[in-house]
Amino acid sequence: MRAAVVTFPGSNCDRDLAVAFETAGFEVERVWHKDTALPDNLDVVGLPGGFSFGDYLRCGAIAANAPICREVIAFAKRGGHVLGVCNGFQVLVETGLLPGALMRNAGLRFVCKPVALKVETELSAFTGLYDSGTEVTIPVAHHDGNYQADAETLRMLDAEARVAFRYCDNPNGSAGDIAGILSENRRVLGMMPHPERAIDPLHGGTDGLALFSGLAEALVSA
Amino acid sequence: MKATVHVMLKQAVLDPQGEAVKTALGALGFEGVEAVRQGKVIELDLAETDAEAARAAVTAMCEKLLANTVIESFRVEVA
Repeated sequence: MRAAVVTFPGSNCDRDLAVAFETAGFEVERVWHKDTALPDNLDVVGLPGGFSFGDYLRCGAIAANAPICREVIAFAKRGGHVLGVCNGFQVLVETGLLPGALMRNAGLRFVCKPVALKVETELSAFTGLYDSGTEVTIPVAHHDGNYQADAETLRMLDAEARVAFRYCDNPNGSAGDIAGILSENRRVLGMMPHPERAIDPLHGGTDGLALFSGLAEALVSA
Repeated sequence: MKATVHVMLKQAVLDPQGEAVKTALGALGFEGVEAVRQGKVIELDLAETDAEAARAAVTAMCEKLLANTVIESFRVEVA
C-alpha cells in the first residue's frame, strides 16, 4: 500500500504523519506543494498539520490552491482516500472536498491538550477498527478548529452519518461538538485532533493507531 | 485601477474576535459599544482600465480565494 504525504511551507506534522502511515505498513512518498503529479498506484494522500503559508488570508486557503492540491482534488474525485489532519482539515474545507469552515476557537485561545473523542461511525476505512460509540483520547493543537456550517449542512452530516468524531468536552466551540467529518463517499476524512500523535506508547497513548491500521486493512481487502 | 475588497463574516456567523474586542473596549471604559464585527480590507492594483471588467475580475478573485463564501461576505469597490 502506498501513501503520499504532502508538505507545504509551514507544515510541521508531515514527518509524524508519514511515520504513522509507515507504522501501519504503508510505503510513504513525500510530496512537495509545487509538485504537479502524485505518485502512481497511490492508495491514500495525507495532508498534515501545521501552519501552511503562515495561515495567511485564512488557515489552509493558500495551500488549497497550491499546484499539488489540484491533483489531490482530482485523486479524491476519482475515489481515492484522503486524510487531512488539523491544518490538513482546514485545507480540505477550503478546497470544497469537505463542507463547512473552521473558524477561530470560540475561547480565542490556542488549545493544546489530549481530548476525549467519541467515535460516531465505524462506516469508513478510517474508523472501521473502532466501535461506534467508543471513547478515544487524541491530542488537539489548534487555534482555528471551531467547525461551523449552515443548519442544513449540519443536518445532512447527521442524517448521512458523516460525523466521524465528536468531542466529549468541546474545546473550541465547534457546532455539534464536531471534531471530524467524512465526504459523501466516506473516503475523505478531515479532523482537527492529531491521530498521528497517538500511535506510540511514548506519546502517552496509542488510540490513534487504529485509524492508520484500520485504513491499511480496509485498503488491502478492497 | 485600484480595487478595494471588504471581507466580513456573515451576519449569522458568530465573530469571537469581534466579541473579544467589544469586551476589551468595555474594560477600557468606552461605554455604549453594542456590537463589534471584525473583518479585513484587501487593496489591489490592477492593470485593467475598464471598471466593469475590473469589478468582474475582482469578484472572481473573491469567490476563488479572497473570501470563504461559506462564512464570509465581500464587497468590491473599484476606483
